[in-house]
Amino acid sequence: MMRLPRFRYLAPTEVAEAAAALADLGPEAMVLAGGTDLFPNMKRRQQTPGTVIGLRGIAALHARSIEPSGDPSGSARGLTLGALTRLSVIEHDRAIADAWPALAVAASLVATPPLRNMGTIGGNLCLDTRCSYYDQSHEWRASIGYCMKKEGEVCWVAPGSRRCWAVSSSDTAPVLCALGAEVTLASAAGERRIPASELFADDGIAHLTRRPDEILTAVHVPAPAAGERSAYVKLRRRGSFDFPVLGVAVRARLGTGGVIESARIFVGGTGSRPLEARAAAEQLTGRVLDDDTIRETAGLIAHIAKPMQNTDFTLSWRKSVAAAYAARALRALIPGGAASPVPEVS
Amino acid sequence: MAKTEGGGERPFQVLGKPLRRVDAIGKVTGETRFADDLAMPGMLHMKLVRSTVPHARIRGVDVTKALACEGVRAVLTGELFPIPFGILPVSQDEHALCPDKVRFVGDPVAAVVATEELIAEEATRLVEVSYEPLATIGSPEEALRVAEPRIQDHGDGGNIHKMVALDFGDVPAALAGADLVVEDCFFYQGNTHLPLEQHATLAYMGTDGRLTIASSTQTPHYLHRAAAKVLGIPASRIRIIAPPQGGGFGGKTDPFNHEIVAAKAALLTGRPVKIALTREEVFYCHRGRHPVLMRMRTGVTRDGRIVGHSVESLLDGGAYGSYGVASTFYTGALETVTYQMARYQFRGCRTFTNKPPCGPKRGHGTPQPRFGLEVQIDKICERLGKDPAQWRIDNAVPADSLTANWLKIRTIGLVPCVEAVVEASGWKSRFRKLGRGRGLGIAASSYLCGAGLPIYWNEMPHTGVQLLLDRSGGVTAFCGASEVGQGSDNVLAVCVAEVLGIDILDVKVVTGDTSLGPVDLGSYSSRVTLMMGNAAVEAAQRARDRLAEAAAARLDIAVERVGFGGGRVFDVGDPDRGMAFADAVQLAEAAGGTVGTVGSYRPPRAPGRFKGAGVGPSPSYSYSAAVVEVEVDEATGAVRVVKVWIAHDIGRALNPVLVRGQMEGSVYMGLGEALMEEQAFRRLPPRLSRALVHQTPSMLEYKSLASRDMPEIESILIERPEPNGPFGAKEVGQGPLLPIPPAVANAVYDAVRVRVDEVPITPDKVLAALRATSRRFGPDTFPAVPWPEPLIVPPPWEGGDGNATNEPRRRDRSERRTDGRDGRDPRDPPPRSPRAEEIVKP
Repeated sequence: MMRLPRFRYLAPTEVAEAAAALADLGPEAMVLAGGTDLFPNMKRRQQTPGTVIGLRGIAALHARSIEPSGDPSGSARGLTLGALTRLSVIEHDRAIADAWPALAVAASLVATPPLRNMGTIGGNLCLDTRCSYYDQSHEWRASIGYCMKKEGEVCWVAPGSRRCWAVSSSDTAPVLCALGAEVTLASAAGERRIPASELFADDGIAHLTRRPDEILTAVHVPAPAAGERSAYVKLRRRGSFDFPVLGVAVRARLGTGGVIESARIFVGGTGSRPLEARAAAEQLTGRVLDDDTIRETAGLIAHIAKPMQNTDFTLSWRKSVAAAYAARALRALIPGGAASPVPEVS
Repeated sequence: MAKTEGGGERPFQVLGKPLRRVDAIGKVTGETRFADDLAMPGMLHMKLVRSTVPHARIRGVDVTKALACEGVRAVLTGELFPIPFGILPVSQDEHALCPDKVRFVGDPVAAVVATEELIAEEATRLVEVSYEPLATIGSPEEALRVAEPRIQDHGDGGNIHKMVALDFGDVPAALAGADLVVEDCFFYQGNTHLPLEQHATLAYMGTDGRLTIASSTQTPHYLHRAAAKVLGIPASRIRIIAPPQGGGFGGKTDPFNHEIVAAKAALLTGRPVKIALTREEVFYCHRGRHPVLMRMRTGVTRDGRIVGHSVESLLDGGAYGSYGVASTFYTGALETVTYQMARYQFRGCRTFTNKPPCGPKRGHGTPQPRFGLEVQIDKICERLGKDPAQWRIDNAVPADSLTANWLKIRTIGLVPCVEAVVEASGWKSRFRKLGRGRGLGIAASSYLCGAGLPIYWNEMPHTGVQLLLDRSGGVTAFCGASEVGQGSDNVLAVCVAEVLGIDILDVKVVTGDTSLGPVDLGSYSSRVTLMMGNAAVEAAQRARDRLAEAAAARLDIAVERVGFGGGRVFDVGDPDRGMAFADAVQLAEAAGGTVGTVGSYRPPRAPGRFKGAGVGPSPSYSYSAAVVEVEVDEATGAVRVVKVWIAHDIGRALNPVLVRGQMEGSVYMGLGEALMEEQAFRRLPPRLSRALVHQTPSMLEYKSLASRDMPEIESILIERPEPNGPFGAKEVGQGPLLPIPPAVANAVYDAVRVRVDEVPITPDKVLAALRATSRRFGPDTFPAVPWPEPLIVPPPWEGGDGNATNEPRRRDRSERRTDGRDGRDPRDPPPRSPRAEEIVKP
């Protein structure tokens, strides 16, 4: 079988203790928040930390709460998820499904039930970017002379490129960006809170703005405004499990007559970070979700989804069906429409 | 009591009942010990250093750094293995570790043996191999074009491994006179077995001077021969144990390099040595479905009768021979056994490429042409305005007949299979009537119940069963058969229990051990139920005769009046008069000594006498038919299978639950091949790299259906006892896969009127077909192949006698003198010219 390399394991019980260890050890240490991404990567020697700092013993990171959001009326409530909240908990939490259906749907579409019982929201946000030239064993990568992301020089997806095109493959990342969520990052120097959309950078290697000494400790999702709806549509090969090759996350506030007052749209699975479909969101604003609007907006969403040939499926097909899947996400916003479409290919 | 056809009641006691299989509880509780569960004190772990280049000469291997690692006990390299091996006598082209040349990324070059698996793994990265790169061959087309460098130094020239040309009647003349001739090119992508259990081997030298190799193998007997040959140890001093396996599907039917290297390492270190392959390494062992490009021409009369059928196949064989010569024949051999065809012509060509070797996967070589034939029949029926289900009924081969290529058909359940799926699916009211986006497709097929000939020529039985009846009334059944998960242990227990009238739990089975049971050739070619079953019945009947004789004497009745049932031996005229089974055993033992009997089986002689006639004959053929219902999304090309109706001609179900399990498993595998599975390879830009690598050697990225992706399956068993089968039973392990891919393709056509003439039928291909003016996706051309002069074999109805008219008459095998020993000494060099009769399929 594939064996994990040897590593030192630390089990802190406080965030401060973990942060101190991380500050002390530097980049040779990595934090563990579930292990469904890190451990397979370590077996393939894609990531080879000398020290793994397991976060599971830190009680605060398991907390989740629905709190007043600071809305003037005081009635709406926001969501705070400790970074170690398991994906299966999010998937099955009724209150989350009611207020932020896109988040519950996205969590439910990650991997398989056993992996969702291990995988966490913090881990899913910090998922390593993926690429068919990179997510391979050490020996396989040796046989292509490695690649830019690990031990090599060239990006085989675009050999002339000076950047790495590995793909952001998190299902929850585009959803949390669309929902306007924020994340807390803690280090020995203190805490900072940034929009989730600013956690990601457009580079397959340096894909997180999180500094190496920081730990993502919590996710904060604002309370839904009146009339707000959200949806997430995932394209993947199999309904049973697979990473997204396209994920469309949409949040919109519908006013009287179904007129869209504001919208926010992010696309995952096609770039090194979740990509914001700003023009599509602007196009939606002030209109109702009729067939023309959906078609035009879906076209704009598809326009920013620029896949490369480094995931499952052929590139040309992914391009040609992006609008069809984007349209499904938009249709899911229509009141009475399907709230949690699962449009798998098979 | 189950009803058989004709409404009669079955007189059986355990047979036909949905009894829990004898090994079920061990499997679900984790008690079953698979090869990877085996461990011994002092055991060392081994990892292979595999080639990272696709084609190269080995300049040197420096093991110094690896050997210096703490915990490393040995590093083995190719010069330890000068003797080649291979499953077929005609292609002994593998070395346990490559001595001078590597032929694909994954070919093993060295082995590191250490006290821990991690130490061995990390030390493999310290073995320095220097390569002199050679140009690579990436496809059959390239292999036909580029003769040098040769990947192998055997075969039919350049990078062509094998070419076959057989004419059963003048097909061009038949096509010229046909009312309609349809010509198509088809492509069937390669795919792999994907057994859940990865290969593992534990080898150790015993204090008794006997080398034991416990390994996940479907063919312990062939591994036994290969190990003896390569290691230079008498076979009598080698014991092969095949523990229960987590699936094989043909992926564990070759002797493998890792098995032989582990044995050598155990000999060198004096310690038990274990190797457990990673999933990626299983992709490099491969031996899976050959990618096959085909051109088919079929001529029919106005009323749909086939006057001539022609198949050309081009196989991507990968880097070694494996079963490839047999695979090549199999892309043509079973084309004739379903529908009547007056004349038949076959051309097959296998090429070498720098990829893991292809070989036998469930259906071995036949699903590819079956796909082409069944889709082409669909097109012909469309052109002629005929219902494709009715066409299959009208054109079915009759029972007790010979085919154009001299295969003997005995019972045939094709028509009832088609009728059953037509009825169950509501075909008549739904085909071509479901509206845009939804469709039904039908296909039928046939498969062997065991290859008629063994891998190496010999006149001995293909299987044997030995029974030991002890005084307790317990029966132990010994057989070399390998339980790969298919339920062969259960078949053995059921056959013995039925004959002796005892509970299956009173039959202890001992299988998969070359030291403990008579030879069985292996779990391949769907042979075990029929062959081992017949041997078991023979052995059990001999035991029954001994017990009957003793009981008759005690009961003072004629021996014909002795009955067996319910664990008793009794007077059938007065069932209350009798004794417990154990008492009968004791009487027999007292009368004639220890009660042990044997049975064995050898298939009947096949009528074909031409060179190549050895591939295709079987004691019986099973038949299957399937209707598949699909939904196709025209916006994306996505295909969703809604339901599958599958009927299988099982002859007689020894255990209907196990039969259904095999049917559902076959449907599962067929759908994976139809919809998504691809053993695909990638070349990097040649100006930057020589790499030629497997694209997705992982369980995650090699796409195959998971349980949640499965549609509803309705399985229908057609029971018409086959005289050559034990209690009338036929195979079910492979046949039901065959109709699935073409039925999916035909259903897609019914749904959206586009033809995807290749598998897998992925959404991009459907969408491309929907957008193409031809309304088709698939290959358009078949490359020029330098076919040899064909053998001319007139079909039976054209005055033939089974010989070719343009080759020297071949003597009947049975007239040949033999010395009664195992054909050849395993250490002899392979025969110079291949004999097609020796080539059989898994």
